[in-house]
This record gives sequence, C-alpha cells and structure tokens, in this order.
Amino acid sequence: MLHTINKSPFEKNSLGTCLRLAKPGSDILLIEDGVYSVIKGSAMESKVREATKEHTVYALGPDLKARGIEENRLIEGVKVVGYDGFVELAADNDRVQSWL
Amino acid sequence: MKFGILVNEGPYQHQAADTALNFTKAALQKGHEIERVFFYHDGVNNGTRLTTPPQDDRNIVKLWGELAKEHDLDLVVCVAAAQRRGIVDQDEAKRHGKNADNIADGFRISGLGQLIEMGIKSDRLMVFGD
Repeated sequence: MLHTINKSPFEKNSLGTCLRLAKPGSDILLIEDGVYSVIKGSAMESKVREATKEHTVYALGPDLKARGIEENRLIEGVKVVGYDGFVELAADNDRVQSWL
Repeated sequence: MKFGILVNEGPYQHQAADTALNFTKAALQKGHEIERVFFYHDGVNNGTRLTTPPQDDRNIVKLWGELAKEHDLDLVVCVAAAQRRGIVDQDEAKRHGKNADNIADGFRISGLGQLIEMGIKSDRLMVFGD
C-alpha cells in the first residue's frame, strides 16, 4: 500500500498516525510540506529513521527543491522520486491512502 | 491503468491543486488514463474562470482547462459545493436567479454520483487536498 503525507510533521500529526497504522513493507511518500519530515537533525529524525527500517520512505524531489532542501540534508535511506516516480508508486501499489 | 483524481483544496491555498495537476500530467505522459477529475469542497474554486493571478504566476484554472482540452479530460465540479462558493454555469445561474455565470472552460457541474462512479471505474483513486 502507498501512503502519501502532505503536511509538515510540525503542523499536523498525519505522519505519526500513518506510521502507527501502516503495515510493515508499506511505501510512504512525503509530498508538499510533508518533505520537512525527512531532513536530518529535526525532532522527527529518529521516528523517520525507524520507519526506513520497516517501510520504504520516499520524498518528492520537486517539493524538496521548491523548499531549498538539498539531498545531502536527507536522512539516509530516504529515496527521492519525481512525479513520474509518484505515478509508478501509485500504479505498483494496489491501494493509495492520502493522509491529509 | 485508470486513475481517478479527487481535488479537495482550492488553488493557491497550499499546494494540493498543483500536486493534482502535476500528478495528472505525469500519469498521462506515462500512458495512463484519467477516468475523471472531481473537484469537491474548496476544490471547486479550481473551476472559476474569473481567476486572475498576476501575469508571472501560473494560472491553475487555465492549466486544468488546457490539459482537459488536450487529453479530453472530464473535469467535474460538485454542484452543492459549487453553489455554496458561488461557482455556477449558465443553467445554475438561471435557476437561482443570478445575473452571471463563472464556470471555466473545460469544467462541468454535476453531482456526487460522478465521484462514486469515478471511484468504481478507476483502478486507483488519488485524493489531493487539505
């Protein structure tokens, strides 16, 4: 299953809720302000690091770029995809849950 | 694969309308089909032709309309959500005694049945919103 999160973890707890409920082996894609979750050194780091062990965590490249977040600032293990990758993830998973 | 796109947020609010538009474009580019794009809640504001952003800003309403024309997309605005927010076509304007309509090119007004049908007919339902 693909989970998308579009809100900053410092604004809403949708990533926290997602991580609590997602089954192991899920694909989790951070988009829009959700990409603030995957920066190294934030209060979310340990939670996201933990998540990369159980799930595959992705961040949308154009949204990172729009916020001036360079890829060397990302938590190790987080994969960057473009919109084409977003479409592939949505097609490859049998369900998509948007955490809004 | 058939994608259904649900847009629940207006343009220029956060980013959901842009994301939905970019996702739709990318899906079409990869050869997927778009069953329908349904605009609900504040998402109906994507469908007013009176939108006039500054010249150096993207015109999201126009971009939807152009994409719809190019790929023969069905852009549907929820009638009840639209009425609340003052989005009307000619028929709705007449019915409610309004002196103008403002639905944008490429959009049509219809009901929630269209959302349900989109959900049934699509392989994936993508929700973009607030």
